[in-house]
Amino acid sequence: MTSRMTEIWVGIFVAAGMAALFMLAMKVSNLSTYNSGEGFDVIAHFEDASGLKVRSPVTMAGVRIGRVKDIQFDDQTFEAVVTMRLEKRHNTLPQDTSASIYTAGLLGEKYVGLEPGAGSDHCEELALEAELEGEEFNPADCKNDAGNKVLRDGSRIVLTQSSMVLEKLIGQFVSRFLSDSEVEDKK
Amino acid sequence: MLDSLQSLGSKALDFFQRLGRGHILLLRILAGSHTLLSRLGLVVNQIFSVGVLSLLIILVSGLFVGMVLGLQGYNTLVDFGAEESLGVVVSLSLVRELGPVVSALLFAGRAGSALTAEIGLMKATEQLSAMEMMAVDPVRRVLAPRFWAGVISMPLLAAIFSAVGVIGGYFVGVGLLGVDEGAYWSQMQAKVDLHEDIYNGVIKSIVFGVVVTWIAIFEGNDAMPTSEGVSRATTRTVVHSSLAVLGLDFILTALMFGN
Repeated sequence: MTSRMTEIWVGIFVAAGMAALFMLAMKVSNLSTYNSGEGFDVIAHFEDASGLKVRSPVTMAGVRIGRVKDIQFDDQTFEAVVTMRLEKRHNTLPQDTSASIYTAGLLGEKYVGLEPGAGSDHCEELALEAELEGEEFNPADCKNDAGNKVLRDGSRIVLTQSSMVLEKLIGQFVSRFLSDSEVEDKK
Repeated sequence: MLDSLQSLGSKALDFFQRLGRGHILLLRILAGSHTLLSRLGLVVNQIFSVGVLSLLIILVSGLFVGMVLGLQGYNTLVDFGAEESLGVVVSLSLVRELGPVVSALLFAGRAGSALTAEIGLMKATEQLSAMEMMAVDPVRRVLAPRFWAGVISMPLLAAIFSAVGVIGGYFVGVGLLGVDEGAYWSQMQAKVDLHEDIYNGVIKSIVFGVVVTWIAIFEGNDAMPTSEGVSRATTRTVVHSSLAVLGLDFILTALMFGN
């Protein structure tokens, strides 16, 4: 075989290897959904964060907008402190957004679901108010107003709901059931 | 009593001498590698015989390993109603373990043994000594290109193995068994991490490439210059490098994924 053919074959081999690596990176791994960590951190305190892991998704309306970055224990309040990194472009979330820990499916993994508070309607409220009173609505001061009330780096989500622990729920159900039957027995 | 102690001692000395010769050879190869930069053609030729000629066995076994993983994984997962996770099972086991390990074992059998036999025969027919007589350093001219060809080829082969395996799992899972196509890929993308899984798999395959090629070249260079010596060295290459790959795989896995 001539050296030219050898080189062509080696070229094909190296190209195929690179293509395989590229396919593994793009098609198999999460690179396509991975953004290079650009974003801002918000904190939320949960009474119970069991099952939540670092890198668990943070979603709003079912769409992933960030990931859990860190989970710590606060030994003053005995709560779990969850740091979430949200994508940079989602910087319009209102200050009174609430965070809850949900389970995806019956046996699925835990994720943090964010729900916008009333603050997101702030502009619309102002616009509606202005319309009702027959005044000219100026979107500029609305923006200024809302600008103070969005989540930004380091802000804390106050309204939280802890993850549901199946044992606790069953325990509550059983104890209520028992106390109900006791009441019936007394009758 | 003394005799058995003496035989134990001589075996140990023999072992450590071989170990030392192996390391000296590796250092000489690394030290002589800089001349290769001006003679890349030597490496390209060796990549052809080490890498390109191993492509067929890697492609075929990757495809079948992936298909078997798809079949077995499906049978297990369907009991839990979790057959959507088939993509995760196939891709994680391929990228993390089977891709680097199985292709390293195949590489040892296909390319490592050929390297040992070639170098051993060169030594037996005194081609290496003849080179030295002509003031050509056989380490630079013969061994170093083969070493680097192995080190370069191995990660590429492992990546091809994993990629073909994922496609094989796709054929069986989605084509034959009716797993949802979107779930196969999206679950895979959600669970496989570029750094954690794919980079570590590539690092594994590079380490295996260094070890397998090193053992193959050392055994060839260290073989007794007889036909029997060459045949023994070839056997030892396959056995030792397979054992080294499996043992190292455990250590690397513990380091990478063990926490």
